[in-house]
Amino acid sequence: MGKTFAEKVLGKAAGMDVSAGQIVTVAPHFCMSHDNAAPIAKIFGEIGVKKVWDASRLVFILDHAIPAPTDKHAQNHKVIREFVEEQGISNFYDVTSEGGVCHQVMCEKGFALPGLVMVGSDSHTCTYGAFGAFSTGIGRTEMAATWATGQIWFKVPDSLKIVVKGEFRKGVSAKDLILKIMGDIKSDGADYMSVEFHGPAIENMSLASRMTLCNLGIEMGAKNAVCPPDEKVMQFISDKAKSSEWEAIWSDDDAYYEKVLEYDLSDIEPGVAKPHTVDNYATVAESKGIGIEQAFIGTCTNGRIEDLEEAASILKGKKVAVRTIVIPASWEVYREAMKKGIMDVLLDAGCVIGNPGCGPCMGNHEGILAPGETCISTANRNFKGRMGNKESFIYLASPATVAASALKGEISDPREVL
Amino acid sequence: MKVSGKVWKYGDDVNTDVIFPGKYTYTVLDPAEMGKYALEDLDPRFAKEAQPGDVIVAGKNWGCGSSREQAATCLTSLKIGAVVAKSFARIFYRNAINQGLPVIQSPKAVEAIEAGETIEIDFEQGTIRTDSGKEFTFAPIPEYVRGILKDGGLVEHVKKSLGLE
Repeated sequence: MGKTFAEKVLGKAAGMDVSAGQIVTVAPHFCMSHDNAAPIAKIFGEIGVKKVWDASRLVFILDHAIPAPTDKHAQNHKVIREFVEEQGISNFYDVTSEGGVCHQVMCEKGFALPGLVMVGSDSHTCTYGAFGAFSTGIGRTEMAATWATGQIWFKVPDSLKIVVKGEFRKGVSAKDLILKIMGDIKSDGADYMSVEFHGPAIENMSLASRMTLCNLGIEMGAKNAVCPPDEKVMQFISDKAKSSEWEAIWSDDDAYYEKVLEYDLSDIEPGVAKPHTVDNYATVAESKGIGIEQAFIGTCTNGRIEDLEEAASILKGKKVAVRTIVIPASWEVYREAMKKGIMDVLLDAGCVIGNPGCGPCMGNHEGILAPGETCISTANRNFKGRMGNKESFIYLASPATVAASALKGEISDPREVL
Repeated sequence: MKVSGKVWKYGDDVNTDVIFPGKYTYTVLDPAEMGKYALEDLDPRFAKEAQPGDVIVAGKNWGCGSSREQAATCLTSLKIGAVVAKSFARIFYRNAINQGLPVIQSPKAVEAIEAGETIEIDFEQGTIRTDSGKEFTFAPIPEYVRGILKDGGLVEHVKKSLGLE
């Protein structure tokens, strides 16, 4: 019997042959934290170790509320800068034009690498699987303990294989696929599992689209989500890799899977997740005409150049009917969007453009909703209160659907305006 | 190790945003204060009325969503005795143990226990008893995990293991 990706990577990191269900202790290659590095530093202080186990393996990226919207956030950032100085942490992305949403920065700067074990104090750390890494989110105390000891325990997860073939129809993208998968298997459908994406359609997908798929892994309850480390990944990391410890690792053809699902992209339609759960799936066709007050394009799920390009292709030469907030996932994306003329198209259409970061995604700032308002968003969560107000409503959708909906002020099918 | 308290019962897929809203994650920093906002967007009565030792009984996938540890800390802040659920989201499960909050998976108990009942949980025996006489057993908590809970959470546990006490 062959091995799954999770069994191989965790086995390599633990230095022994392992199978699903076994508990292993490993030293992670990178530990990512964002604005919560401050409370983690406090817990680290309580443990009483003076220095982190290996400062070169810690990466801090400010993104949750930047630049600081309140004095409390400012103080939080200040604590992080002091800790960075004290511990000699060189991988620090402050409020700077090198930064952006932590997961985007981790990928575009070359921290996300095949075969590495990566932990982050954020649930969407699973995104790095797009580059063939085993990456998973952990809580604050666990991160503090990892900084102190250099060790973390994992149960080697069972695996779920999702095989994807076919081609997207016009106006349909990776977000529509993953919303459909979540609707099918529900928010606990991959609980505690390693989700492997296989098949020719995954190979054809851009790295950005693979990031969208892996990003939503946690919304199915997965421990990690991963795509094959193929030629596209090799090319991307060739001049960027931040570690030499990577190795292209992939599952064996005869590995054991708890479940195997198959999807054909030609069956996928534009979709939404209706309030207030990510698995509350409906097609856009079924949701057409629902009024919105705000549209939001951005986040670690869909704030990349292909997402902004897709939105711009729909908004070009037209005007949005509702307030439309666009937040590129990083300053690198922002610059590229400027060079490509995407920013002009978006501004001409009436969109406002925010500085890269998480923006209003989890209700911190830059687009909080009023009671009774509805937002259509490219983000990954639509939980009650998520965007700062528990009496508001969030629909999750692809950049194309959000852009089409912004034009009409109601949920609209992008295929009708493309 | 035993706890005894009143049952607060909730449904499936209760997410971390309704357990501890994201807007407070960088403004409410004192664990003692976090309890005031516990379950704010799910059940506003909870934070005002829950007593030390009370137990949350919930459906499947309790704590799905964000990795925010405050979803567990806001409950230990109120001295909640345990969470009994049909199943747990992975990160919440680890966070709860790391905060010293016992988490028990028992679909049968969840089906049978009603809101407002008083129940007693014995962690060593692996039993849940209701005041109406119902009794359920659950798989004993693994030794490693029990060690963390016994030490009162991961911080104390790591201190002990590194000899930093």
